[in-house]
Amino acid sequence: MTETQTKNSYLEMDLLRFTTAGSVDDGKSTLIGRLLYDSKSIFEDQLEAIERTSEQRGDGYVNLALLTDGLRAEREQGITIDVAYRYFATPKRKFIIADTPGHIQYTRNMVTGASTANLAIVLVDARHGVVEQTCRHAFIASLLQIKHIIICVNKMDLVDYKEEVFEKIKQQFSDFSSKLAVPDIRYIPISALHGDNVVDESENMPWYKGGTLLYTLENVNINSDLNYIDSRFPVQWVIRPLSEEYHDFRGYAGRVEGGVFKPGDEVVALPSGFTSKIKSIETVDGKLEEAFPPMSVTITLQDDIDISRGDMIVKPNNQPTSGQDVELMICWLNDKKLNPASKYIIRHTSREAKCVVKDVRYKVNINNLHKIEDDKSIGLNDIGRILIRTTSPLFFDSYKNNRSTGSVILVDEFTNETVGAGMII
Amino acid sequence: MISYNLSHLKQLEAEAIFIMREVAAQFERPALLFSGGKDSIVMVRLAQKAFWPAKLPFPLMHIDTGHNFQEALDFRDDLVKKVGARLIVRNVQDSINQGRAVEEKGPNPSRNGLQTITLLDAIEEFKFDACFGGARRDEEKARAKERFFSHRDEFGQWDPKNQRPELWNLFNGKKSQGEHFRIFPLSNWTEMDVWQYIAMEKLEIPTIYFSHKRTIVDRNGMLLAKSDYITLLKDEYYEERIIRFRTVGDMTCTGAVESEASTLDEIIQEVAVARQTERGTRADDKRSEAAMEDRKKQGYF
Repeated sequence: MTETQTKNSYLEMDLLRFTTAGSVDDGKSTLIGRLLYDSKSIFEDQLEAIERTSEQRGDGYVNLALLTDGLRAEREQGITIDVAYRYFATPKRKFIIADTPGHIQYTRNMVTGASTANLAIVLVDARHGVVEQTCRHAFIASLLQIKHIIICVNKMDLVDYKEEVFEKIKQQFSDFSSKLAVPDIRYIPISALHGDNVVDESENMPWYKGGTLLYTLENVNINSDLNYIDSRFPVQWVIRPLSEEYHDFRGYAGRVEGGVFKPGDEVVALPSGFTSKIKSIETVDGKLEEAFPPMSVTITLQDDIDISRGDMIVKPNNQPTSGQDVELMICWLNDKKLNPASKYIIRHTSREAKCVVKDVRYKVNINNLHKIEDDKSIGLNDIGRILIRTTSPLFFDSYKNNRSTGSVILVDEFTNETVGAGMII
Repeated sequence: MISYNLSHLKQLEAEAIFIMREVAAQFERPALLFSGGKDSIVMVRLAQKAFWPAKLPFPLMHIDTGHNFQEALDFRDDLVKKVGARLIVRNVQDSINQGRAVEEKGPNPSRNGLQTITLLDAIEEFKFDACFGGARRDEEKARAKERFFSHRDEFGQWDPKNQRPELWNLFNGKKSQGEHFRIFPLSNWTEMDVWQYIAMEKLEIPTIYFSHKRTIVDRNGMLLAKSDYITLLKDEYYEERIIRFRTVGDMTCTGAVESEASTLDEIIQEVAVARQTERGTRADDKRSEAAMEDRKKQGYF
C-alpha cells in the first residue's frame, strides 16, 4: 500500500502558477535558474549548453541566467522580449512560472503573465530598497487580482545579511502596499546567487524564522482563490452526436468558471432566460456528482431549450450582470493607440461582440497609482479606465469577484491583433 | 471550509479540453497532427474527452517522413480504427518525388526539416485553418515562448516578435485569408506530466517506448536504430543493446537511451531521475543553438 502511495503520489499534486517580474540587474534570471537548479529541474544537456555559451561570451562563470534566454534576438541583445513559461515540480506541487521582463516597456508582458497567476514574486535589490519598479510590479499584481505576493529581498549577501536592511525594506513596502488590495503579502530575505533561503535555509540569516522561498511556494494556500459561490457556465460548444446510441443526446460543453453545479440544480440560460434543471454532468469517464472550477465538463438539461455558444448557464437566484455598458480597467497591448472613434471586437468568456469606447475616464500612472486626467490617450503599455458599449449584452461579474467572467480582450477589426486586456469594474 | 481541489493532471487536462473546444468553435477546418508518438496519443485522448459522446469534429493528419518506426505506424492505424477517426496521410517522399523537397546528403539524412514542406502543402490542399500539435513549452527554449494559439502567416511562418498576447482563458483565433494557426493544447505539460497522464489514463503506447533489445549504432554517443536509411561511417559498427526510445520521430535522428524500464511506472521513475532532456536524444535539435527557432520560423510544427 505504502509503495503504491509513493508511486502514485503525483495524483495528489496540485498546481501553482506564479509570475516573476524584474529587470536584468535584480537577479530574477539567477533566481529562476536557482529554483530550477536546486529543485533538480535542469538537465545536463541544458547545463552543458549554457556552459558553452557562458564560455563563448566570456562570462567567467556558469551564468544560470542564460537558462531563461529563449530567442536568438534575446541572446544577442541580452534582453527578454516576451513572456517565457518555465516548469518545475516538487513531490507536492507542479509549478508554472510566467517569467516576464520588468522594464516599463513591458507592462503588457507583465499583465499577460499575471493574468493566469495565483502568486507573484517581486524582487527587491537589498542595496536599493523599494524602487519605482517594485511598486509597478506590485501594482500590476494587485490590479490583476493576484492574492499572494512574495517580496524577495535579494542580494542579502551584499548587505552582510543584515536584519535591519531587511526590516527597513519590509517597512517601506508595507507603507506602499496599504494602497493595494492584496490580502497576502510575505517577505523573504534571499541570495539567489548563493542560494540562501531559496531552496535551502540560510545559515547566514539565523534571525529569519520564516520558510524558504520554495517552502512558501509549496505551502501557500490557493484553494480559496477561485470563486465557488457564484455558479457560471459559459457554453463553448454544443455536443450533438446524432448517433444511434446517443440519438437524443444534447450536451453543453464548457468550463465551470464559478460555483458548483450538481444534477438536479435549477438553472437559467442567458440570454434567453429559459429555465430547466441539470439532468446530468457527463464526461467520458462517467457521470459526475458535481462540477466546480476549473473543470471542463458537458452538462445536459431536462428540457430541450435553445442554448448555443456564447450563452451562459447560471442559477436563477444568483445571476451575473447583463448589460451593454461596461466599465473597464484596460491595459493597452498594441503599438497602435486606442482609437475612441473605431470599433473593436470584444471577447468575453465564449461570447463575442463588437464595442465602441464611449469614454476614457482617466489614465493611471503605474508608478505611483495617481490618476492622470489631462492626458487621456491610451497607448502601448498604458493602463486606464474606460467605458465601452457593446453591440449585444454581456453577462459579467466584476473582475474582483471572478477573473474569468470579469475579463475581456479587445481585438482590432482589421489587423485581428489582440490590442487590449480589460478587467471589468 | 469546503475543499474543491483538482490535481495538477486534472487541471492540465481541463485546460487542454477547453482549448480543443475553443478551436472547434472558432475555426472552420481544424486538423490534429498525429505522429503515433506519446504526445499525439495523449492529444487524441483529450480530443475524445472534449467531444464525447460525439466523434472528433476534425480529422487526424500524419506527415509521414517515410523513416518511421514500423511499430509506430502499426500503432497509428490501430488507434485510428479504435477511435473511429478519419486519418489523412501525406508523405515527404511524394514531396521529394515532385521536386518540392530535396533529400539531405550525408550518412543520416534527416527528413525532419522536409516535413515542413509536406505539411504546408497539405494545409493548403485541405484548407486547414488550425492544426493541433502536441508540442510542449518545456521541450526546447524556442518553444518556451510559444502560444496556445500560434499565429502563422500565409507562408506558414512563425514570427516570434509578432505573436498575440494571450491573457486569461481568452483566445483570439481571428485571421486573414490564407493565414492559419497551430494550436498547442499541451503547452503547459512537461514530459513527466505526459507520462503520468498516460499512466493515470492507462493509455496504450507503441512498444518502442519500453525497454527492448535492438540493433543500434553508437554515433557520437547517439544511439541510432539500424535501418535502411542509415549508412555506417568508417569505424562504426552495429551492436545489440537494451534500449528504449523517449521520443518517436524520424529513425535517422531519434536516439535511443539504454534502459531497463519496461512498465509505465518504471518509465516514470526513470524520467524523474533523467539528467538529459528528451530532446537531448534528437540530433535535429543539436545542429545549432537556434535550430528549433529557425525551423519554427519556416513553418515547422
